[in-house]
Amino acid sequence: MLKALHIDPGKCTNCMQCELACSFENEGVFNPAKSRIKVFAFHEQARYVPYTCTQCAEAWCMSACPVDAISLDRATGAKVVSDDLCVGCKVCTIACPFGTVNYNHSTGKVIKCDLCGGDPACAKACPTGAITYVDADWTGYDRMRRWAGRTDAGTQAHA
Amino acid sequence: MSWQRKVLRVNLTKGTCSPEPLNMDWALSYLGQRGLASKYLSEEIDPKVDPLSPANKMIFVTGPLTGTGVATGGRWSVVTKGALTGTIAESNSGGYFGGELKLAGWDMVIFEGRAKSPVYLLLVDDRAELLPANDLWGKSVWEVEPAIRDRHGDPMLKIASIGRAGEAGVMYACVMNDLDRAAGRSGVGAVMGSKNLKAVAVRGTTGVRVRDPKAFMAAVAAARAKLDPSPSTKAFTTYGTMAMMDTANRHGSLPTLNCREVQFDEVEKVNVATMMRPRTSDGRPNLVKNKGCFACTIACGRVSKIDPNHFSVKDKPKYLAASGGLEYEAAFALGPMAGVADIEALTYANYVCNEDGMDPISFGTTVAAAMELYETGAITKKQTGGIEFRFGSAEALVKAAELTATGEGFGKDLGLGAKRLTEKYGHPEFAMVVKGQEFPGYDPRGMQGMGLAYATSNRGACHMRAKPWADDFARVTTDNKAELIKATQDEVGAIDSSGICFFATNVWTLDDLASQLDAACEGGWTAEKLRRVGERVFTLERVFNLRAGLTKADDTLPKRILKEAAKSGPAKGMVNELGKMLPEYYAIRGWTSEGVPTNETLERLAL
Repeated sequence: MLKALHIDPGKCTNCMQCELACSFENEGVFNPAKSRIKVFAFHEQARYVPYTCTQCAEAWCMSACPVDAISLDRATGAKVVSDDLCVGCKVCTIACPFGTVNYNHSTGKVIKCDLCGGDPACAKACPTGAITYVDADWTGYDRMRRWAGRTDAGTQAHA
Repeated sequence: MSWQRKVLRVNLTKGTCSPEPLNMDWALSYLGQRGLASKYLSEEIDPKVDPLSPANKMIFVTGPLTGTGVATGGRWSVVTKGALTGTIAESNSGGYFGGELKLAGWDMVIFEGRAKSPVYLLLVDDRAELLPANDLWGKSVWEVEPAIRDRHGDPMLKIASIGRAGEAGVMYACVMNDLDRAAGRSGVGAVMGSKNLKAVAVRGTTGVRVRDPKAFMAAVAAARAKLDPSPSTKAFTTYGTMAMMDTANRHGSLPTLNCREVQFDEVEKVNVATMMRPRTSDGRPNLVKNKGCFACTIACGRVSKIDPNHFSVKDKPKYLAASGGLEYEAAFALGPMAGVADIEALTYANYVCNEDGMDPISFGTTVAAAMELYETGAITKKQTGGIEFRFGSAEALVKAAELTATGEGFGKDLGLGAKRLTEKYGHPEFAMVVKGQEFPGYDPRGMQGMGLAYATSNRGACHMRAKPWADDFARVTTDNKAELIKATQDEVGAIDSSGICFFATNVWTLDDLASQLDAACEGGWTAEKLRRVGERVFTLERVFNLRAGLTKADDTLPKRILKEAAKSGPAKGMVNELGKMLPEYYAIRGWTSEGVPTNETLERLAL
């Protein structure tokens, strides 16, 4: 089964465990500045929203890369940057409509989410279930189920 | 590793910023945060200095676990000689600033002297710069944070600052960070204001490394498996600290009407159920969301939206946005202590405390003392500027918050704190303080151990320097309290020096802390070793205070608590019997009957 990161911002508390875990997994150091996932706080609305690459099927970054440094990991569906090939031209950072590919000045390469090879550290670290790693074709399962439960609340539930 | 081994020394008089290596001998003996900075302060200043003079120093400090992925690993502290208390002061805070300071590559920043005109420190990784803040002086915390981010075009700067309360010399001003997190107690914000330091803005991309990454992640995972699903965490996540309101009331230890009562008749109007229930006014609850600090898996922080129809926010749209909501300590002081049974007024006063950086515990308890002065006729409308300053008046509370935050009118008096205010008007017995610091939310008649903890806390009355709750709620007695308070004070001394949050240790033992710490950094950490660090830290603070001129006579409680019996609840008819517990406590600590650590004790602790 192909899996995908699923984000439910309503559950996020802005604790940054995802950013800490991501940087530790990928850089060996706790350093949210190098995280591939980032939580955005909209304080005045009490909203906290984790955001990262959604692994587009027809990935703009992959199409734009002039040296073919971004490739598809068939096992996970992730679009993965090869550090050996990346020349740090940043064209992918322009191409990505969502801003989720970013330059890392300390290595001269770009960084983006690669789903940690199929076991994403952010989802494991998230304490609230705001970030989960689920069936890529059924990211809507929980929400559907929740609404399904309300659909017949007036009839069967009281039968 | 885990320590960055780097200290920034900022001389505000000279306008210089110079890095220096961390004293690793001290780090290994005092860990970080409260302990480590207290050691630096003890070595570097004369304990007799005027806290508001340039001779005082102020230290922003992280712990070895700050900035790591350990659950709750985002704590940082401000350590200085406290303006409010004249004691050594450590106020710790959560939010994101502490993590960012560590991620920028620093264990601590030592501020010395006083700037000629207002400045702020910009710290981006290893680049430190003092910049003029003339145009920021006079602005609130809520204005300063976005202003500094805009100025530098960096939305990711994390900022600690003082508001107008710190500028005005409110004796219980806080250092605020991330809008609504506070290094709240003992007047550390007044010290910052006296140094003409408006803010510290930090951005860190250096990161934090740990000694043994694999072992560290295993220890963190094991500790989280214990913490995350625990009933304590569930309760904190769902109800926050506000759940304590009903518990304290039921137990007859809810400080009410300036401690004339120990239970509040109208508690149900300011308790957690009311905070969470949809209002009749607009159909929405006061509480809208919980939030976590850096790396925190508990997320006890409250986010509120005030009732838009409430009188306090009429024509003030800026207060209608979501903002930091009531924690128990703020709510008890602004509520029952002052007799105010209006949760929206409490929320508003709490917003004002955050906005301009003042400690709602000390503020509320000072308001309560002022209300008692007013009701007994010691002050009149002449002093209050026409405000009817009666217990229970939400209008008086709201107006008092606005005036105190900006140092205007009667707010100047209220900014003195309960001790100085009541002395000024001839009734020091109305001040519910220890060592000049106002009571938190536990009446020591119903909680005998808490009374001993207040009396012996090195920063004045404090509920966060020992752990008497479970035992005090179970047993209203003085038996064996001395031993419990000593042991938990030592435990907390280590916790406050490590970089994690007190609340994680409702579940974690010192063994859980030690296993994570040991994987993170050198030192061979065990629970036993941490206990010794905690005892060393506590005793070091005690020695500082004695050198500052405090004596056994300062280890006491207000006369009301020692002489006037509780009128209701499980402790009805009781006073706090500090006199029974204190000698026993001194003996257990290895102090003389005058409360002075013996040479043997000092040697045992390598002090």
